[in-house]
Amino acid sequence: MIRLHNVSKTFVIKGRKRRQGTGEPDGGASTVQALSNVDLHVPQGQIHGVIGLSGAGKSTLIRCVNLLERPSTGTVMVDGQELTGLSRQALNQARHRIGMIFQHFNLLTNRTVFANVALPLELMGMKRAEIRQRVTPLLELVGLSDKASQYPAQLSGGQKQRVAIARALASRPKVLLCDEATSALDPQTTGSILALLRDINHKLGLTILLITHEMEVVKAICHRVSLISDGELVEEADVGDFFTAPRTQLGREFLNDFLKLEPPRALIDQLEEAPGENTHPVVRLAFSGDAVSTPLISRLARECGVDVSILQAKVESIQERTLGLMIAELMGSPEKTREAIDYLESHDLHVEVLGHVQRTA
Amino acid sequence: MSSALLDLILRATLDTLYMVAISGVLAALVGIPLGVLLYVTRPGQVLAQPVVSGVLGVITNIGRSIPFIILMVAIIPFTRMLVGTSIGTNAAAVPLTIAAIPFIARLVEGALNEINPGLVEAAQSMGATPWQIITRVLLPEARGGIFTAMTVTVVTLVSYSAMAGAVGGGGLGDLGIRYGYNRFNPTIMLITVAILVVMVQGFQSLGDYLVRKSDHK
Repeated sequence: MIRLHNVSKTFVIKGRKRRQGTGEPDGGASTVQALSNVDLHVPQGQIHGVIGLSGAGKSTLIRCVNLLERPSTGTVMVDGQELTGLSRQALNQARHRIGMIFQHFNLLTNRTVFANVALPLELMGMKRAEIRQRVTPLLELVGLSDKASQYPAQLSGGQKQRVAIARALASRPKVLLCDEATSALDPQTTGSILALLRDINHKLGLTILLITHEMEVVKAICHRVSLISDGELVEEADVGDFFTAPRTQLGREFLNDFLKLEPPRALIDQLEEAPGENTHPVVRLAFSGDAVSTPLISRLARECGVDVSILQAKVESIQERTLGLMIAELMGSPEKTREAIDYLESHDLHVEVLGHVQRTA
Repeated sequence: MSSALLDLILRATLDTLYMVAISGVLAALVGIPLGVLLYVTRPGQVLAQPVVSGVLGVITNIGRSIPFIILMVAIIPFTRMLVGTSIGTNAAAVPLTIAAIPFIARLVEGALNEINPGLVEAAQSMGATPWQIITRVLLPEARGGIFTAMTVTVVTLVSYSAMAGAVGGGGLGDLGIRYGYNRFNPTIMLITVAILVVMVQGFQSLGDYLVRKSDHK
């Protein structure tokens, strides 16, 4: 449904600002590479999240999909139509099939809730009666029928975003772009907006591309996730896989930050990278599917003769998958612990050795 | 006070209102679109035209930098060509209008500048044309700011119209100078000033009311 191919975006910054410190003029324009060679495919009906830190190029990426930002190179296909080559008029037509919501809602302050939702339809030149027929059920869908004649200033943040969602859906788009749609909302409201988006995805089969810096959002509604860093997509995976075993360092940082699953402070200080004479490995175990319900830890003790000291543990459920995470110290001889890790890996656990600590016993 | 004098005051008041109204309306008709044009042709805006924007900006600044009293005299030939005379209320309305156009334009540009750029972006994402953005987003969203701009302009026009009295423009300024100043009649002077004060208060209150009514920010 959405297909970005080899999209790059370079911003030219005029050399008006003086170089810091030197007081010298910057000497002409400098450029910033906001996106480099981005390939992204979001199939029909999927919710795809792009996660990254601020300044990584998330906003530029999502704005390239409806050409609010025109890519410097590359092509953008939405619903089988290549957008970068379209005339202005044809592009406006194409944009009717791409809804967008924003972090700060961007509702017109001097229009009522009803008139805000009606705006895209007015722009399409739809008749008044027809507009009413479209807007009324949309307000019902987002649960704001009773607010139709109020102005945005009278609404809460969550209600404003609901209006924005209704507005984005008014032209019956095939694709919905969400630009940090929940970043300005409190956690509870975020939850209800995400639930609404998931609901819309289900009911209407709408393809959703969202950008966010919150793992919570990815976990809650995304099917697939891409990780963006310095304008490049560095990792892409199904959400369940990503939460079990991110492949990049940045992915692991995001995950650890989200799960807050780190070894205790005191232990981190003792961790050594290489195993020594008398050390135990400290491992991070991630397991999903059958492994969750299998009593692997006690089997480990029985079958490998390795004791397990659990330092931290957590169970998350992500996209109907249960995900278990644990930080544990494996206590036994080097051969035994080696065996234990092999045993765990043979049972589809993801094992990451965080380091080694001196034996205390 | 004789009825003749009262008649004179009434007439002068109506003359002032007439000058302010006609120049206010005409200046708004030109000034508001000019303000919109100044805004939308700026770099990065929906109809970015740096050259047009630059040229319009310079013309507007020239218009705003000429002192009104000089403008009034300088354009007398133009005024004569337009209304056939350089004396009277119609003649005074010409320089008033010309002075008010760049004034309104800059204020409207400022009002548009207050609009959250995200709204324009949202409209663009819906496939709005530049014309639709101007008529459906920019102007309605700046409504309050435009009413404020018009209020400031009308109040300024009241005081400028009094200045027009100095060169035989008619109205309260004219009355105040001829009867109050030249004939040294403090009563007339005070009355004209009092009427002007009431007029300005009235316009300001009306403007504030319209801003309140129209703006839902």
